[in-house]
Amino acid sequence: MERRSFLKGALSAGLAASVVKTEKSEAATFDGYPDGMGVLVDLTRCVGCRSCEAACNKEQGLPEPEKPFDDMSVFDAHGHGEEHAEGHGGGGKRRTDEKAYTVVNKYDVPGIDHPIFRKMQCNHCNEPACLTSCFVNAYTKTPEGAVIYNPDVCVGCRTCMVACPFYVPTFKYSSAFKPRIMKCIFCYDTRLKFGRPPACVEACPMGALTFGKRKELLDIGRQRIRENPGSYVNYIYGEHEAGGTAWMYLSPAPFEKVGFDTHLPKEPILNYVKEFLGAVPMVLTIWPALFAGFHLLATRKDGHGHDETSEEENS
Amino acid sequence: MKRRRKSRMFWLSATGCMALFAGLNGVTAVAGMSISDAPDEVTIDSIAEFYQPVAFNHAMHTDITSGDCTVCHHHTTGSPPKEKPCINCHNGGKEADTVSCRECHLAKPFEAAAVQEQQKDVDRYYHIDKPGLKVAYHLNCLGCHQATGGPVGCQDCHIRTEAGDKLFHAKKR
Repeated sequence: MERRSFLKGALSAGLAASVVKTEKSEAATFDGYPDGMGVLVDLTRCVGCRSCEAACNKEQGLPEPEKPFDDMSVFDAHGHGEEHAEGHGGGGKRRTDEKAYTVVNKYDVPGIDHPIFRKMQCNHCNEPACLTSCFVNAYTKTPEGAVIYNPDVCVGCRTCMVACPFYVPTFKYSSAFKPRIMKCIFCYDTRLKFGRPPACVEACPMGALTFGKRKELLDIGRQRIRENPGSYVNYIYGEHEAGGTAWMYLSPAPFEKVGFDTHLPKEPILNYVKEFLGAVPMVLTIWPALFAGFHLLATRKDGHGHDETSEEENS
Repeated sequence: MKRRRKSRMFWLSATGCMALFAGLNGVTAVAGMSISDAPDEVTIDSIAEFYQPVAFNHAMHTDITSGDCTVCHHHTTGSPPKEKPCINCHNGGKEADTVSCRECHLAKPFEAAAVQEQQKDVDRYYHIDKPGLKVAYHLNCLGCHQATGGPVGCQDCHIRTEAGDKLFHAKKR
């Protein structure tokens, strides 16, 4: 077999591999662990008391807050990201950080005569982008529904922070040499593992947080929408966003008006990068041979002038 | 939760009219519970760790509702409930074995045992969204308090304990 025909074959094989569609992904059909737990957040009920923030701080042993949890001036403070459009975690609202796994923000919505409060924290995706982006497997989605994190293997690359569609994982910059991502873990270690609700849910006095099996929370959400006409937008945020999340939301106002990104894909983020990632091994194995071949073809005239003529005669 | 019952026993035994007593009981069971059976005051202390107990003035609130128990007690006092979805089953207003909030609204509604209980029989189909005790109080109370100018601030009703102050990292008062 001639070198040229081998190269031709390799090239066409490479092209074929890149053209052939990869099989339908399993991620698109995986709709979460059957008994996974979740939380339904009802924005019509939240009064912004910040009890959830206080309970989270205590449960997770987080540092002393800058302002006490009964200080409501935090709702008026403008954080970083003010210049960004609303719905992308910006809008001048507070964000979760290394000192707070959950924050409540206030939204004034035109047409509603009282402020709307919205709690944010990790949404514990069915198919977490942080998990799939992590090359040392520091993240785990537990059958109970939590997305937990193992600091022992984390190398601090912060890819998860980029991958998360909700901008939730935060980096503990105060310990950059012992990398540590800080995010809500659904109180897995202390509560969820033992069948107990997270601390924030237990603390909520208004029932803005309902803990239960994710599937049953969807039933509860639909029932609330049905039995209270006009009180809710007919949509449960998180049922499908990014492939579905364990934490879901009901709102009296359009979700984009209260800080939600309503342009998120309905499929897991993984599905959007899988084809690219599938091409990576092919690139690593075929391209070196391919380009080495091109190089040899391009340069062999210089070194092997007489071979060229004999080969052409043969073919 | 402790209850102080307005007892009619003393008056009844003083008159020595036990037959009448039996008769009254029979009547009230048919016509639903009577306001006079209710306690004047109920001590609410299910979150006493962080907030001091509340002495809930039941008598004053029954005056506000003009003796209409269903404003707070749904169908359990023996009258048809106000909530539309409840009427389908509870139109007759069948009196419940107990009317105390905590008997149905659990203090810890999300513990594993309670979640399992929720899977059973009728609860699985109809009472799927039953709030816990603390939430039931607040959902029930706050709407009226806002509408009628009652207290709405957290500590207007229950003062925080020292542990509560610590939880909120609150400055010393």
